[in-house]
Amino acid sequence: MDAHVAQLQMQYRNYILSLYQQGFLDDQFTELKSLQDDGSPDFVAEVLSLFFDDCVKLVGNMARALDQIGTVDFCQVGANVHQLKGSSSSVGAKRVKGLCINFKELCEAKNYEGCVRCLQQVDIEYKTLKAKLQDMFNLEKQIVQAGGIVPQVDIN
Amino acid sequence: MASDGGVSCLRRSEMMSVGIGGIDSPPLDVDEVHVLAVDDSLVDRIVIERLLRITSCKVTAVDSGWRALEFLGIDNEKASAELDRLKVDLIITDYCMPGMTGYELLKKIKESSSFRQVPVVIMSSENVITRIDRCLEEGAEDFLLKPVKLADVKRLRNYLARDVKHSNGNKRKLPKDSPPLTLSPDSSDSSPPPSTLSPDSSDSSSPPLSPVEIFSSPLLSPLDDEVDDVLTSSPESTPSLVRRQKMRSPGLD
Repeated sequence: MDAHVAQLQMQYRNYILSLYQQGFLDDQFTELKSLQDDGSPDFVAEVLSLFFDDCVKLVGNMARALDQIGTVDFCQVGANVHQLKGSSSSVGAKRVKGLCINFKELCEAKNYEGCVRCLQQVDIEYKTLKAKLQDMFNLEKQIVQAGGIVPQVDIN
Repeated sequence: MASDGGVSCLRRSEMMSVGIGGIDSPPLDVDEVHVLAVDDSLVDRIVIERLLRITSCKVTAVDSGWRALEFLGIDNEKASAELDRLKVDLIITDYCMPGMTGYELLKKIKESSSFRQVPVVIMSSENVITRIDRCLEEGAEDFLLKPVKLADVKRLRNYLARDVKHSNGNKRKLPKDSPPLTLSPDSSDSSPPPSTLSPDSSDSSSPPLSPVEIFSSPLLSPLDDEVDDVLTSSPESTPSLVRRQKMRSPGLD
């Protein structure tokens, strides 16, 4: 049992480290984790869940706006990008945030093709992150079910 | 969590008549700091709420400047200052919000006789010097760069606690340009200010979910009202799939 837990914990540590190393997460995610405790054990999951719901909504809004070919309201697209940039920043979704920074510039330049491409990338990126974090939460669940404690991972 | 349009707390007057079904919440200790947080982003509201609760603040989070004014009772003349007076020790607001910006909210608060002395802190994701200056000139206490961290909130909490603990006499040492403020709870306010329902209290109605379940499940219902208030949303998520197909070949129908 202990060896199994230890193995899972190591797997978990490595996984988390890789998420940071590959730029999926930044120190704001670390900050959120530090706000979680026994009194609020699901805080990170709740916030991330809300973030991904945000992504669905905002990407949908942007897609609709960009679909008005010939009369695209780039301000509207930009406003949604701004919101997504904000929430991705608040949860530590580093890649999504980075894409939003580019996206904003493309909106300001009213670069239609660029915006369309960037939106596709945002769509892929948030879904990728969601899958990765799903795996992370699954690992946590496995550790707990095996009788272990989810380790605090020091990313420095 | 109260679902009265994006306000996650009950007014004292409502509490008196309603009696929060079964929950025996003690009146808000006058020494406890009550913060009004204003942000149109649900994610940010949840995060700031958590940050503030960790630093032992009671929190009311609203999704717009208008709701903030409504909560404070500033927006309508008929609100009796005595009856509806809430103990708010700090207002922390996002700068960029649709409708009323944080700056405009700041101005309205400073124009109000009841609340002009409440410190207002502005949050923004953009580090624009002119923006910061404008807010400070208008009387903002501080300016936080997003994403807000625990250290930022702790700093705010520290300089508030000093005033709340000590009674009337003490005035806070402020940065050079700001006028002196008195923050002490008014002794004439004998009725207990409203307490804030913690989001956790809503869990009593449903079995607790594991992080995995939370993560893969649709949005928990108590928050639905806030989500609708915040974003102009479409009920379906399928448009994004349809649109993606269209986007691959723009110009073709």
